[in-house]
Formats: sequence, structure tokens, C-alpha cells
Amino acid sequence: MRRLASIAVLLCAAPAAAETIAITGATIYQRSDRKLDGATIVIRDGRIAEVGAGVAVPAGATQIDGKGKVVTAGMIDTSTQLGLVEVDLEESGNDGRFGTQPTEIHAAYRAIDAYDARSVAIPVARTGGVTSAITGPSGGLVAGQAAWVSLADSAAPLAPIRAPAAMVLAFGRNAVAIASRGHTVERLRELFDDVDNYRRNRAGFERNALRRLSAQRLDLEALIPVLDGRVLAVIYAGAEVDIRAALALAAERRLRIAIAGGAEAWRVARELAAARVPVVLDPTDNLPGDLGAIDVRDDNATVLSRAGVAVAISALGGSSAVRTIRQLAGIAVAQGLPWPKALAAVTEVPAQIFGGAAERGTLERGRVGDVVVWSGDPLELTSRAETVIIGGVIQSLATHQTKLFDRYKVLRK
Amino acid sequence: MRSMRSGYHRGMKLFVLAGVGLVAACAAPAAKPAAKPEPPTLDIEEPWSDPTAGVPQRAKRPVRDRAAALHNADAAAIAIRHATIMTANGQTIADGTIVLAGGAIAALGPDASVAVPKDARVVDGSGKFVTPGLIDAHSHLGVYAAPGARANDDGNEASAPVTAHARAQYSYWPQDPQIARAIAGGVTSALILPGSANLVGGEGFIVAMRPGRTSDDVAFPGAPRTIKMACGENPKRVYAEKGGPRTRMGEYAAFRAAFNEARTYLTKQATYERTRALWLKKKARAAELDAKQTNPRLRVKVEAAPEPPAVDLRLEVLAAVLRGEVLVQIHCYKASDIAEMVAIADESGFQVRSFHHALEAYKVRDLLVAKGIAINTWSDWWGFKLEAFDGIMENAALFTQQGGRATIHSDSAVGIQRLNQDAAKAMAAGRAAGIAITEDQALRWVTANPAWVLGIDGITGTLEVGKRADVTLWSGSPFSVYSRAELVIAGGEVSYERSRGSMPSDFELGNSATERAQ
Repeated sequence: MRRLASIAVLLCAAPAAAETIAITGATIYQRSDRKLDGATIVIRDGRIAEVGAGVAVPAGATQIDGKGKVVTAGMIDTSTQLGLVEVDLEESGNDGRFGTQPTEIHAAYRAIDAYDARSVAIPVARTGGVTSAITGPSGGLVAGQAAWVSLADSAAPLAPIRAPAAMVLAFGRNAVAIASRGHTVERLRELFDDVDNYRRNRAGFERNALRRLSAQRLDLEALIPVLDGRVLAVIYAGAEVDIRAALALAAERRLRIAIAGGAEAWRVARELAAARVPVVLDPTDNLPGDLGAIDVRDDNATVLSRAGVAVAISALGGSSAVRTIRQLAGIAVAQGLPWPKALAAVTEVPAQIFGGAAERGTLERGRVGDVVVWSGDPLELTSRAETVIIGGVIQSLATHQTKLFDRYKVLRK
Repeated sequence: MRSMRSGYHRGMKLFVLAGVGLVAACAAPAAKPAAKPEPPTLDIEEPWSDPTAGVPQRAKRPVRDRAAALHNADAAAIAIRHATIMTANGQTIADGTIVLAGGAIAALGPDASVAVPKDARVVDGSGKFVTPGLIDAHSHLGVYAAPGARANDDGNEASAPVTAHARAQYSYWPQDPQIARAIAGGVTSALILPGSANLVGGEGFIVAMRPGRTSDDVAFPGAPRTIKMACGENPKRVYAEKGGPRTRMGEYAAFRAAFNEARTYLTKQATYERTRALWLKKKARAAELDAKQTNPRLRVKVEAAPEPPAVDLRLEVLAAVLRGEVLVQIHCYKASDIAEMVAIADESGFQVRSFHHALEAYKVRDLLVAKGIAINTWSDWWGFKLEAFDGIMENAALFTQQGGRATIHSDSAVGIQRLNQDAAKAMAAGRAAGIAITEDQALRWVTANPAWVLGIDGITGTLEVGKRADVTLWSGSPFSVYSRAELVIAGGEVSYERSRGSMPSDFELGNSATERAQ
């Protein structure tokens, strides 16, 4: 009897299994530019089964009345440190923050090895309708490998969506430990030459017969897929001069890159579009904060998008502000970005950048069931995520914060 | 019995005094023995000299008063017609018109009821919203200016834990490029504060938001003095290896020691004032007596003037706090820290005007509201440091529900550009949690309430006839992410007009491709 009871407890505590869910009569953005009114979406076995106006609700499905609600794909934040940085100012809770030595190369560092899915910031991010995120290291010249992780609540660690999702590099002032932007480029060229040298002559390396290389064996190994264009290089760069240098290096070595930060990216819009290099940016980044990048403007995203650059919108780092990306997308709209492009910047474009558009970012049949039901316009401040579904499972929206509110909504004497 | 005794005492005293007088009067002629040689006496007499005479006094910085805030002869009349006017004191006027003239609000009400002066510039507000100009109760614009270079790092005098005599105004650079961007966010005034490295960082600077040549150009007329203090993680992080404090208990001991020192300083000053007043009386009396005295050898003995105590600018400011002349703003996050600072204020006898950041104010909202202390907070900042770990989005709503004054502040050159959006988020979070925050209440978080925190609520912060013409016209609801400030008016003058764009700061002129192209 006791044993049965404990099994029952275990069953209750385990995450809800993927059930069949039907959201009916909603405004559904199947893609950012395809809006279906009064439509129904069915999620079954963790994936989108049906979407459309005339879709029937399967028997036994958990039904959510979507009348007056807006349904979108779950949002994806392309630049976070979720599960790595718990509290920014506490070193004891930080992982993958490098940058104290000017020659730091951490290519072999894998965020997924340090990623803690139990982070208190993850449920908070979910309340903002963010269902997956790229989490990665920062600092140094090469910070290491970022991972794309699901933000689903799970008792057991989930496999990453993609790891590595990208190699994180920094140029110019973003390479915090390097005083010279010219030196950054020089060091990267040397590093890439050393990777070539190493892969051509691994035997010589083992015999210690190579000249001194600028990185450790595992770092050199980790850079091979980057130089082969199989792993995306996300380059943090704000100044026009750094973005141009990154484009030149990418062309020289045939790298697949994305620019993150990109405060002056609008000045390189044509070149970025021609090279099909996406930009991850924060549309509130309009202060001439960096002496080397003072040509900043409110409508960076708009200018880039008009030129044909794929724009993703992110809070750019940390863990606590991930839930704000929908507001950031709304701010970009206020600055001229068409609304569908803004929605795409936090759904489709991130999925495309990290090679997962066939799985996430839209609500087409067969895609993973990362779905959010919003009380209204998802980019509007007074709307909220009412139901968050990840991998076909309705997520708890309880957080450290909601529990604090419950405890203090009435003050006990 | 009692009265007899006291009468006896009085009589005795008179007798003794008379005796002394008698001795004094008889002493000189009687004490001159004929035979003995007279010992030499020094006959140089110092006059009753006042050591403070002739010392140049410190001139006070000119302070422009309330009248200057409300009267601007240069401001042309402006009328915004057919807008939704949100007054931040309970009213929302549909199809409303507001008239600004001479730097003040001349009239407002339903369009039909308001006469528009012939010479007024008329702005069509159809479909748009008018609110009071936004006020940020916590900003470091001008003291942590852009670009974020070491040369512009002027916000924290982190050389000693108590630098009460430092002032944000001394650091303020009125050409900080961030200022124009904040104005484009609908902001018309702000409290510029020293950072939070120090327990007592120095005096804050209340500015009218406009670019200027000098800090005096932008000082908010009629604003009171205000001071910044900080508790918790920051001071102990900064001073742990610089002589302390290195713990919270060290911080609160240091606060108490500082205010004790200020009290001792006040006591010394009071003692000096009393002693000097007595000395001045004696000096006057001596002059009277000496005037009647024909024998110069019988002049009243000169007493040295009391020496004034050394002026300590740092203690002068803390003493002013104890005298209640300075609004006290305290950076604190945690409920336990907030309560400790309230205890210090109670023990020391000063009133706290408001706590800043105050992410855990919701836990002690009863204590704060009972004492009339306001809070300034964000909608959703949390978790960036451990003392911010318990931040919740309902903080401002819960505090408002308790009957307290809350503001949404920025502490950020980015956040100050969208205070209205932060208020919208905090309002939405409160409503979602079942707290019925009205739009008027949420608007007060960024207008009337910060005006109170700054002590300028009699001048600005709401739309009322006679108040300063600090007004923002929004393209739509101020609570929408899509709305933008279209016209910002401060003291009756247009400080931003979206159709014309922001004025570049001196720093930006010819310094960027965008600016050069203009």
C-alpha cells in the first residue's frame, strides 16, 4: 500500500507527458507573415498535428479556448547565458565567463557541459513566452561553444536541441581582454593557420614536431568544424570597423557567421545582406557608449531588414532579462520594423540562424510543439503568455517570483 | 517652604555679587603700598575684537525659486487640441485641449470648454495622448555620460564611504548625448544621483531635462536639496579591501557613527553659538561700562572671543539632514536592509523620503507606508545580483494597493527612454495578479509620484492649471509599446519634436556619419 502510494506520488511529480492539445478559435500566426483568424491548432505527441480554420478537435484532447487570444510559435532568445549565469554579480554562480587574459581561447569549452537546467531564471524566461534559447559563454577571443536548449520543465536533464549551436567569438571592444582591434584580427588569423597546420599534421603534433601553436589541442580540434563552415561562428561586434573585419575574415576563410550586438551594423547593411550574414541585436541599443561605435541609431533593425538582412532580436546576454525579448521586438516595430518581421526576429529567424527552421520557429504541421497562447498582441506590454507549451507539454508558469507573490500578497503580522 | 528657600537663595546671590563688586571697586587704590616697588604691569590692552569680522563669507550658489519654474517669458503659447488628456490626478479627458502659456499650464478641459489664444501654436492631438512630462527619480545621466570612457566616470566618489559634501551637480555634463535620447522618451525632469558605492554618496541634482552649457542652466528652479545614501552589497563590495565597511553590520555601524559625528558637530556648533551670543552680550555691556569709566585702568577686563569650530563640509550636509533640510534618498534592495535604514533614521531623527530600487519593498510595505516613505523601483529587473534575487513584478502594484507612493525609475540611460513602458508592464503584472491598478495610478508612477520624491510636486507632475508646462504628447496610449513621444514640452519650451528629431549633443557634432550627413 505504502509502495503504491509512493509510486502515485512519483507519477504525479513526473512532468506531464505529451498529451493531445487543441487550441480553438484563436488568431494563429502559423508563420510570422501568415495569420489565421478563428483557427484551431492541434498538438499531438509533442508536435504540431493540424493548423487551420476548419480543424476538428480530436476526442480526448485537452481543449484551450483561444477566443480573443493570439497563438504564436514559442519565442527563441538567440543570445543568453541561461543555466550558465545564475546571478550576474556572483562569481560562484557563473560559468563560461572568460576574458581576463588577452590570449584566451576557449574553443573547446562546451556550454552544454556546464548548463544547469534547474536555473531559477528558466521558469521566469518561460513566463515571457520563450520556449528555447541559445546559451553560451562570453569573453576572451574565442569564448567557446554555445548550445541551443529547450526551456521545458523536466525532472531529468533534456538533450540539447543542438550542441554546439555555434562557436562564440568576439571582435574589437567586444573582445574585452584585448586592447587592440587590429590585434584581434591578427590573432584569429594566426589561430586559424594553426588549426590548418594542426589538422594537416596531427602525427607531427603528437611527436611534438610542430612549431609552437597558439592554442591547445582540444581548442584546435573544436575549431575545425568552424573552419569547414559546418559550425556557425557568432561574432560579437558592435563597431562598423569590426563588422567589416569580421566579414573580410569570413570571406577569406569561408566561415559561416552571424554578427551579434551590431550597434553600427546598419552602416554595413548592404554588405551583410550580400554575404547573407544575419544580425542579432537589441533595438534599444542606441547610445553612443563606445568611442569606437558612436554611429548608433534607433532604427538599426529597420535599416538592416529593409536591406534584406535577417534580423534576430535578443536581450543579448545574461539570464534575468530573457523574458523581455517580446517587448524588444515591439520596440523595433515602434522604430519602423514591420510587425511580422519583429515577430520573426524572435521566432523564425533564430531558428533559421541556428539551422533548426525545419523543427521550430513556426507552427507548421510536423514542427515541434513549442506554442504560446497570448492574452493579446504578443509584443504588447499589457499582454501576457497565458499558456506556454514546450514539446507538446503544457508548462507550469510558477516561478520563484510567483511563489514570493503568493507568500506576500497578504502580510502576516 | 519652597518659595522661602528660593527667596533666600536669591538674596544670598545678590549679596555675593554685591560683595564682589565692592572688592573690585576698592581693590585698586587700597592695594598700593607706599614702600614696595611696583611690579611692572603690561598696559597694552587688547580691544574686544571679533575674530569673525573681516573674514570673507562663502557666497551661496544662486537658487532659482518656484516663481522661476512657473514663469517663462520666452515660452510661446501652445495649444494641443482634441487629444486624450491624462492628468495624473484622477482625470482622463476625451477630446481634450490643453493650453500652455508663459511656461505654465493656462487651461485644460474638454475642447469645447477651452479658449485657445489667437497667438498660440495649435497642435492637432487627434488620436493622441497628453500626459505630464515624465520624471525619473533615479538617473545617472550627465555623471555617467556617454561614451562610457574612463574620462566620463564621474558618478561614484569611491574614495571614502561618506562623501556627503560631494554633489552630482559638480559632475554633471549637460552635453551628455544620452540626455537628448531621454528627452525623446518624454522625460522633462529627473533626479541625477551619485552612484551607490558610498554609504553617503553626496547630494543629488534635480534637473529640468534640456541640454545646456553649464549645470546651472539646467538646475530645476525651486527644487529642494536631496541626498543619496546606499546600503547593502555595493558599499561593502567597494570598501571591503579599502578599510571597510566590509559587511552589512559594518555599514550600519558606520551610518550610525556618521550621524553621531554629525550630532556632535551640531552640539559643538550650538555651544559655540551660545558662547558667542554671550560673548557679544558681554562685549556690549563692557562697552557700556567702559564708556562711563573715566579711569582707563578700571576698564572691564577683556575676554577673548570664543573660537568658531572648524567648518566640516561633510558634516555640514549630514547636519542639514538631521535638521530635516534635505530629502533623503536611499538605495536599498532587501527588506532587512530597508528596515535597518528605517531604524537608523528613527534613531537619528531624520525622515527618509524614499527608498530606491527597493525590490523587496513589498515585504515591508506596511512599515514603509505607515512612515510615509515612498519607493522607486522597476517593473521587471531582478536576479542581476543576489540582493535583487527576490524582485517581483507586482512590487509597485502591491505598494500602491497598500496606499503608498511608488515610482517606476530607470537607473539606466536606456530605461529612461521608456519609463512609460516600464510602468505599463508593472501595471499589467499587478492586474494579472488581481490588483486593480488604474491607468491614472500607473501614470502617477512616472509623473506625480516622482515629483513628490523630488519635492517638486507643487510645481510639476500633474496637469493642473497653474502648474509648470511640463507636457508630453504621445502618438498613442502611453502604455503601448508602439507609442512614441511626438512632442515634449518642458517649462513651456519645446524640448523635443519627433518630426525634427533630437538635437545632437556637442560631442556628436561632426563626429558621426549620420550627424555629418545632416
